[in-house]
Amino acid sequence: MTLNEVAIGGLCKVTRLTGSGALKRRIMDMGITKGTEIKVVKIAPLGDPMELNVRGYDLSVRKNEAATVEVEPL
Amino acid sequence: MEIKIALAGNPNCGKTTLFNELTGSTQYVGNWPGVTVEKKDGLLKGHKDVIIQDLPGIYSLSPYTLEEKVSRRYLVQEQPDVILNIIDGTNIERNLYLTTQLIEVGIPVVLAINMMDLVDARGDEIDLSKLSAALGCPVYKISALKGEGCLAAAEAALRIAKAHKAPKELPHVFTGSVEHTLAHIEESIADLVDSRTLRWYSVKVFERDKDITDGMAISPELLRHLDLHIQDCEQEMDDDAESIIINQRYEYIEKIVAETVHKKEAKHALTTSDKIDRIVTNRFLALPIFVVIMTIMYYISVTTVGTWATDWTNDVFFGEIVTDAANGFLESIAAPDWLSSLIVDGIIGGVGTVLGFVPQILLIFFFMSLLEDSGYMARVAFIMDRIFRKFGLSGKSFIPVLIGTGCGVPAIMAARTIEEQRDRRMTIMLATFIPCSAKTEIIGMVTAVFFPDSVFVAPAMYFMGIAIIILGGIALKKTKFFAGEPAPFVMELPAYHIPSFKGVLIHMWERARGFIIKAGTIIFSVCVIIWFLQAFNTSLEMVEDVEQSMLAGIGNTFAWIFSPLGLGDWKNTVAVISAFMAKEQAVGTLGILAGADPENEEAVFKGIAAMFTPLTAFTYMVLNLFDPPCLVAMAATAREMGEKKWAALAIGFQCMIGYGLAFVVYNLGGWAFYGTPFGIMQGIACVLIAVALYFILRPAAPYRKTVPAAQGAD
Repeated sequence: MTLNEVAIGGLCKVTRLTGSGALKRRIMDMGITKGTEIKVVKIAPLGDPMELNVRGYDLSVRKNEAATVEVEPL
Repeated sequence: MEIKIALAGNPNCGKTTLFNELTGSTQYVGNWPGVTVEKKDGLLKGHKDVIIQDLPGIYSLSPYTLEEKVSRRYLVQEQPDVILNIIDGTNIERNLYLTTQLIEVGIPVVLAINMMDLVDARGDEIDLSKLSAALGCPVYKISALKGEGCLAAAEAALRIAKAHKAPKELPHVFTGSVEHTLAHIEESIADLVDSRTLRWYSVKVFERDKDITDGMAISPELLRHLDLHIQDCEQEMDDDAESIIINQRYEYIEKIVAETVHKKEAKHALTTSDKIDRIVTNRFLALPIFVVIMTIMYYISVTTVGTWATDWTNDVFFGEIVTDAANGFLESIAAPDWLSSLIVDGIIGGVGTVLGFVPQILLIFFFMSLLEDSGYMARVAFIMDRIFRKFGLSGKSFIPVLIGTGCGVPAIMAARTIEEQRDRRMTIMLATFIPCSAKTEIIGMVTAVFFPDSVFVAPAMYFMGIAIIILGGIALKKTKFFAGEPAPFVMELPAYHIPSFKGVLIHMWERARGFIIKAGTIIFSVCVIIWFLQAFNTSLEMVEDVEQSMLAGIGNTFAWIFSPLGLGDWKNTVAVISAFMAKEQAVGTLGILAGADPENEEAVFKGIAAMFTPLTAFTYMVLNLFDPPCLVAMAATAREMGEKKWAALAIGFQCMIGYGLAFVVYNLGGWAFYGTPFGIMQGIACVLIAVALYFILRPAAPYRKTVPAAQGAD
């Protein structure tokens, strides 16, 4: 499954990153790398973007960007 | 000898606070050469020869964003003597990621772990000596907000810079075949680069970072040979080179964090910020809270306190105190008429009007700084992104538009918070289409004189402004200038902080100072010129009647431009030109041109009514609402756009929109409501609408997918 499909409050672990170029680099620079644990904190009031908790801080990504992160639920 | 300390760190790590703490009032704010990324210098307190150079807040040294490119170019090419790397102790894992890149540049690094007060309050522990041993650089605890430990860290950096010792052995960040390949690259390029920067360059070659390898004297044969090794490594690790490097950096950090940091709370535990966010970005409460905060900010800085302050500055300070003082002085030295006129009407009248906006601008910037420093601004972007993305902008574009309802100049400057250059430029081009407080004066006048019974003119103008922003955004996004994948919205939601009052004030002043200086100088020159043109005729004699002035001559010369809009009379033309300088001038200029006593509102209204028909008045209003707001805003646009080409594009675009809309309104309006026969002009108006629709509806310009987001920037 991909990160955008994880339910609010759900925990998951990154298995693969399918993006490329600037987007992939940005996501990884921010600490979403293979094996990272992510908690989906909430979805913005209008349905996008989503708020994640990664490596002890909060990060916002759009759903279509989260779709490039493959995860397994924990 | 001068010593340079570079201050580097992530955004939101307290870098600005530390910079203010270390430099006091010696800061110099400018831009990095050729780009609109802010550059700040200052002298270390108590040292005349130590320069602190504040780098942009960055997460990485990747080639994808302008700030990161600027930073790494500075570090590698200018070689500061030492890097003071500030780290948010409450968010140590991601902050150390930049550190692993900084230590490779070959400049000694000193770490300053900030927000230690918060770390202690949480009950977390960081083993400084272990961390220092692992990373091979000195580590200091500080709290920038409380001013604790800051100077000690800077002095330590200074000692290291003076010692001129090469950095100790680099930490072993990379392992296995990656390290093996890097070692091989190092061997091959050892003769091409400075030995201190060897690791940096070899990692960049490994990552295939073209921005760096293009600047190296490396032969294509060698690059091809090395690429084979890189490909082998990629196959073995089943990932691309760039990702392999990032993964190993984070794996390394995880390892040392596990050894040196002991957190009391469990992973993903709710922090105070999370609890605040439960309310502030709540599904149902987020938007109402946002509206309330914006209303308060707007109410105080524009409607109430701001207006009082501006009115007082204009009417009392410049209108009475300064004018009376100047008059008294001029009389006492028996100055000639022309000099009194120049000083009182030209300079005090003109520059005073602009400086009158300073209190409003200070207030708006005060609130902006407050919202930004507290961490709320990131939440605004988070809440609004969904809407703004629809027309090619991001959530961060909303703030400038909102501020634009007060004044376009701070709106343009507020776009600085948008990191992505393309989005920032587009936001600047569009934000001022929302009617500002000076434009509402024109709306008020036209409504009062020509449409007194109509209640929907003013709201209609706001909706039209919003429509132009949205449609303009859609159309611009499809041009080759702005085409491209939407910039990633991978944005940190920083922990909430109670901002320090001093920090907010410094932040506010930094922004307002630029406005005052630039606006002051430009407006000063223009005021003198305008005054000269309206006071003299071509034989350089002072005229009693404006009709004989050079300004009237200029009006007649340019009248042809505006006659397709029904504004072909020289008075109309002069009114357009003077409103082009500053919208708040429009009503005043019309009053003067009407030849009425400015104190007698009824006479002024009658005079204005005689100069326009309802249709031309409406056209005049539309033209003024959608052409560039004023000279000051144009100057701000030009500066914020960075390059002349972009400034010309932005201002040209706004002129085109204003003129085009006015043209359509006048010609089709005349045909629809006032019985003008359908002729060539009406035909052209229809063509204009068709062209606009084409730009809005056509498919987007093609773009190469691989172009990094910031490449168009330099």
